[in-house]
Amino acid sequence: MSILFLTTPEFWFDQIVNGLTTGSIYALVALGYTMVYGVLQLINFAHGEVFMIGAFAGYGVLLALGGQDISGVMIVVALVLALIAAGLASGATAIAIERLAYRPLRNAPRLAPLISAIGVSVFLSHLVDDGFLNGETKHYDQIFPAGKLSLGALNVSYLQLFLMGASLAMMAVLYWIIQRTKLGRSIRAVAESRDNAALMGVDVNRAIVATFALGAIMAGFAGVLYGLFFSSIRGSMGFIPGIKAFTAAVLGGIGSIPGAVVGGYFLGLAETVGRELLNEIPGVNLPNEWKDVVAFALLVLVLIFRPTGIFTQQEGKRA
Amino acid sequence: MPLLSVTGLVAGYGGITAIKGIDLTVDQGEIVTLIGSNGAGKSTTLRTISGLVRARNGRVEFLSKPIEKLAPHKIVALGMSHVPEGRGIFHRLTVLENLYMGAFQRGDGEIADDLGKVISLFPRLRERLKQAGGTLSGGEQQMLAIGRAMMARPKLLLLDEPSMGLSPILVQTIFETIQSIRRQGATILLVEQNAAMALEVADRAYVIESGVITLSGRGAELAGNDSVRRAYLGEG
Repeated sequence: MSILFLTTPEFWFDQIVNGLTTGSIYALVALGYTMVYGVLQLINFAHGEVFMIGAFAGYGVLLALGGQDISGVMIVVALVLALIAAGLASGATAIAIERLAYRPLRNAPRLAPLISAIGVSVFLSHLVDDGFLNGETKHYDQIFPAGKLSLGALNVSYLQLFLMGASLAMMAVLYWIIQRTKLGRSIRAVAESRDNAALMGVDVNRAIVATFALGAIMAGFAGVLYGLFFSSIRGSMGFIPGIKAFTAAVLGGIGSIPGAVVGGYFLGLAETVGRELLNEIPGVNLPNEWKDVVAFALLVLVLIFRPTGIFTQQEGKRA
Repeated sequence: MPLLSVTGLVAGYGGITAIKGIDLTVDQGEIVTLIGSNGAGKSTTLRTISGLVRARNGRVEFLSKPIEKLAPHKIVALGMSHVPEGRGIFHRLTVLENLYMGAFQRGDGEIADDLGKVISLFPRLRERLKQAGGTLSGGEQQMLAIGRAMMARPKLLLLDEPSMGLSPILVQTIFETIQSIRRQGATILLVEQNAAMALEVADRAYVIESGVITLSGRGAELAGNDSVRRAYLGEG
């Protein structure tokens, strides 16, 4: 155990805060995977691109409002508008994808919509990269006030605080919609049985579209938070966070909403803290890219040993 | 003018034609039963009427409107409730949420009143309101399914095998409930394998065999028919 103390407490707190920051983004994106899987048993592999569209919508709003020059109370206004624009753009993109790429294949074999999803994913990332940006990377303006909160060995930047707090608030609102509103009830009913929900008078297609839209709005918000934190955005930016968020959803048990959130934070922590823990072993020095190795090794292990998720009870098949 | 009128209805799944030209009517205030053996096409008939299965041919008129091309939720909105085979309880929703699902199409202010009525009809549900639907016993689930259908204030209630898997005492309770629902003004189309019970409560009955109606008449009349007694009442 003593090897842990070769590095300072500050270092480990930093790792934990970083893990929770990226974990917040994974959790927000993972919600869309898990909700769509819940109602359609479909892995929406284009969800990473829905996240990317949100990042660009937010970027556009910040740029239009003055970019680097935004200051004072306008920062709050700009952030709110960027988030709204991202939610709308991502939501509209997801609704279009559902209508054009998934609904026509609703009764086709399971492999068909999956291939369609991968096709949409590749199409959208290349459309933005090659069609609009000529491979260029864009950068979010750093409008968020620098500075940090320090409590002893714990340092959290204001941006990280905002990111973690905003994500929690967004997830709380989503949870309320799913658990306490009529729309949420209809989504849960459709997830259990499309036929039985229809017999209650639920317009099943509408509930499915609402599921895509809600998940996409969360992904759009996550896109803006990602841009604010990591700055660089491009058409292919959704790929890795998308697969990581999918991993988070699988870790938490795909189809489970609380599972996606817990899985997101767990993955965020595992890949930052996990890599640093491995680095504590004498002679090991893993560069930052090993985060991805840790994350995807986890995915493979979970799929082999606990395909229903590591936090769920193994459920017997119910009649 | 019958409340429900089905003419030459043909439907099936994939390459199988399960019903091959069904004609039946249900008048306002009646209990009509459709009896027949396993696989005769009883459930498919109900599923086609409520829109879950697309009609390949024929007509379904409800309140004098053609409904055979409507989506199920639109048929619910017209005032038809279908309690499917196996009850269709949402296992992960609470009992209370299940009951609210029954009133999904309603926007009036009397949903809470109706909730009170359903709970007084089935007091067993009261203590289980916060429990997940999947934790109920078979009998409780059947009560929940019927209570949930009542929450829609249906003009026509389609019941698919409400007695299935229940003890004789519970079957008795369910049939008493069906009669009390009718006394409150609902019209019921009942599908049953328990032909004796069904013929006892029904005003009229149809016998379905291999997807076609082979006999029809008043409930008591059919209960006295020799071939019905032999085939469905286990006599002779």
